[in-house]
Amino acid sequence: MKLFGFRGGVHPEALKQHTADHPISTLPLPAALYLPLQQHVGEPAEPEVSPGDYVYKGQLLARSQGQISAPVHAPSSGTVVAIDEFPAPHPSGLPVKTVILETDGKDHWSPAWTTPTDPWSLRPEEIAREVGLAGVVGMGGATFPSAVKLGQSLQYPIHNLIINGSECEPYLSCDDRLMRERAPQLIDGIRLTAHALQAKQATVAIEDNKPEAFAAMSAAAKGINQLNVIRVPSRYPMGWDKQLIRIITGREVPVGARSASIGVCVHNVGTVYAIQQALCAGTPLLSRVITVAGGAIAKPQNLEVPVGTLVSEVIKYCGGLNEEPARLVMGGPMMGQIVPHTGVPLVKGSSGVLALTAREVDDGPERPCIRCRRCVEACPVGLMPVEMAARLRADDIDGAVDYGVQDCIGCSCCSYVCPAKIPLVQYFNYARGVLDCRQTATRKAQQTREMALARQQRLASQQAARDARKAAKTEDKAKNNTKNNIKNTRPASKNPDRPASGDDAGTQHKGAAANIIATDSRVTDIPLQSEQLS
Amino acid sequence: MKISIPQAAPHVRNPGRVPSLMTTVLIALSPITLFAVYQFGWPALNLIGLCLLSALLFEILCLYSTGKPLDTYILDGSGMLTALLLALSLPPHAPWWIAICGSGFAIIVGKHVYGGIGQNPFNPAMLARVALLLSFPVEMTHWTQAAPLLSTAAPSFIEGLQITFQSSTAFDGLTAATTLGQLKTDLSQGLPLQQLTEQYFQPLDSSLGLTAGSLGETSSLLIAIGGLYLLRQRIFSWRLPTSFLGSLLLLSTTAWILAPEIYASPLFHLTSGGVMLAAFFIVTDPVTSPCTRRGQLLFGTGCGALTFVIRTWGGYPEGVAFAVLLMNAMTPLIDHYVRPRRYGRSRTGTPIKRPLWRRIREFFYTQPKSPSSGSDK
Repeated sequence: MKLFGFRGGVHPEALKQHTADHPISTLPLPAALYLPLQQHVGEPAEPEVSPGDYVYKGQLLARSQGQISAPVHAPSSGTVVAIDEFPAPHPSGLPVKTVILETDGKDHWSPAWTTPTDPWSLRPEEIAREVGLAGVVGMGGATFPSAVKLGQSLQYPIHNLIINGSECEPYLSCDDRLMRERAPQLIDGIRLTAHALQAKQATVAIEDNKPEAFAAMSAAAKGINQLNVIRVPSRYPMGWDKQLIRIITGREVPVGARSASIGVCVHNVGTVYAIQQALCAGTPLLSRVITVAGGAIAKPQNLEVPVGTLVSEVIKYCGGLNEEPARLVMGGPMMGQIVPHTGVPLVKGSSGVLALTAREVDDGPERPCIRCRRCVEACPVGLMPVEMAARLRADDIDGAVDYGVQDCIGCSCCSYVCPAKIPLVQYFNYARGVLDCRQTATRKAQQTREMALARQQRLASQQAARDARKAAKTEDKAKNNTKNNIKNTRPASKNPDRPASGDDAGTQHKGAAANIIATDSRVTDIPLQSEQLS
Repeated sequence: MKISIPQAAPHVRNPGRVPSLMTTVLIALSPITLFAVYQFGWPALNLIGLCLLSALLFEILCLYSTGKPLDTYILDGSGMLTALLLALSLPPHAPWWIAICGSGFAIIVGKHVYGGIGQNPFNPAMLARVALLLSFPVEMTHWTQAAPLLSTAAPSFIEGLQITFQSSTAFDGLTAATTLGQLKTDLSQGLPLQQLTEQYFQPLDSSLGLTAGSLGETSSLLIAIGGLYLLRQRIFSWRLPTSFLGSLLLLSTTAWILAPEIYASPLFHLTSGGVMLAAFFIVTDPVTSPCTRRGQLLFGTGCGALTFVIRTWGGYPEGVAFAVLLMNAMTPLIDHYVRPRRYGRSRTGTPIKRPLWRRIREFFYTQPKSPSSGSDK
């Protein structure tokens, strides 16, 4: 198959050999599981159980709420000890609402559980619903609820379903092992997903440094129409969905549009596996395969772990730490996040746990930029990190926006190649944080303005009604008192919407409304003004 | 439980560092330096030594007075690189104070006044060279014929010290004009060019470096080898030297074909003066050239065109240094206007349009109906 070119990218050392050749092993069930209610993009799930409840394996712990959300299920049977604040797997380590489940080791499935009906007979929207009920989210790290993605993509005719098996991050090999060991299930999952999207064809993209995975997937896909397994060059960030779209279809997704709008949908292999498990085995997303690696890990390997397992449990199973790691990372080394300590749980989106030594991190002293332009060459988006960083150093957010900092995908290519070891991504994340805050503030101001305007209008209409009544009364009085005055008052009663005496207030109110629209900063003053008016 | 400092990705880094980049460039310059010492003897060695040493002292002075950490900055090699490039652009028999003034100007005014490494808008070596040329035109255009080390014509060690430190004129007999200088003088006297070039321009000598000229600018061949080594090491892209040499070649060829009696041949332009050194070591300076691919092409083309213009119609025989400085001044402008196209956007920054057939297909597409029971969360 002909591939199209793409821009930028880097070649970090793959370092997958320590884990890629060992089969996935299963972690023994930990004594306690910590399930944060927010393991996905969107609204946090709403707890369905209360402390002290006995739950079965696969039972719903928390229901999804809102448009974009995903439910959380019990990975094993046991007792809910508490629903409390617990450190999140996030660099800050700040607490989030978490269901703490004490397992009983029996792994009891709910007695009500039955094997699902034939998934092939389901209609596309039914598949999306089932996937949503199973709590499946994007397993590549994005953690966007898969059901929502399937539903949104249905609004467009989908031409090509791309399955992302590139796994471009160094160290990680969990997708590689998944493709090698569970290829038939993956192919089923791909076919079901393609059906759910009504996609004409599906393409599995695997980086060419994973020949075994490619062979396994090709063998499993043999004889299936419109299902291609292709090799793509090993170059980070090949796993960026828009990169894959560009290299496979030769098209780019317009800024602000969904990939479905150009007829493409990208899903990760891990997600497709979870979809297959949900539809064919009726198992919600209870566990995932992770890579435990890094120089400080005694026995690096791939593990299937229940969601909610603590990082410390996983490290203990892998023989503990050889040395004090310089960085403890959840996810890959290029886009993963530092975790503050080992006492945080693994969540649905965690693709790996890395304990990196100082030698591996190789984070030399930061020096001034020499404008070597390696970051410009490496950026897959086409940004100029050197210029954005120069502006952000002076806290010139608008200057950075002019250079497109809002388009940054945080792939870390620029920081990776920087010979001056400038933490460029840190700068850009800061800028995006500030932009988020600004957006929130603007939205708030907009809401306040709308509310103030509504109040003005309400008060004005009340006043108008009052004036109308008053006018009617005086008119009646006038009618009764002197017959001569009838002619004079007639024009006022002609137009009941604009009573003569209310006219003055009406124009004043209009002036005030124009004033509000012109000046946002003085929103708080406006209710006072209207009080004075009335 | 160890609490680590939050730090954004990446958590692995490329092993390349600023000092190693500078070292690579210094390695690429070493054959030229050695050849300069061989060709011009002890005075050349004196000048190079003086430039490097004084640059080091000025660097320490500047870092100390601005309160920057000495250990990180002094060993990054950028000051050494500037000093070496400056030394290579000096006339071989220049006096000691030329070297020290030049180094001082390059390091203090060319670099640290703007905030140190990476902040200078102009190439420090070229800035110092131009400053010296304007301030001390006699010393800066006092060229000597090459006299290889240990040959009979070469100055001895003592004589070399005398040349550098006492401005001894004992070797006045060796004075020679550069090909570019000669050309300018003779053309102004109305002599026909054809005859002139045959007299003193031998392309082979010029590319091997057997002519009079600045220390490191004579051997185009060695410079090109150093430059190709850097290209292979990916220190710079091919765009800058290629566009620079390309535009110079194009303009000089066009002029030469149109009027060979007035304009010098393209080969003459490419092999004489500082063109080769500039193409691989000055124009490619990352700090003072644009970041984007198209910007680099623009910058190189501008340098080449200005060099040709200054050489042909300007008052100075050599125009490379002026051309580079002029284009350095344009770099911020180029970086502001010439940017790469961003993903999903057109060059103007608006979202790209979806293909027409896609929109037509969408128009006729009906979304599968939701089942009556479904659509809840």
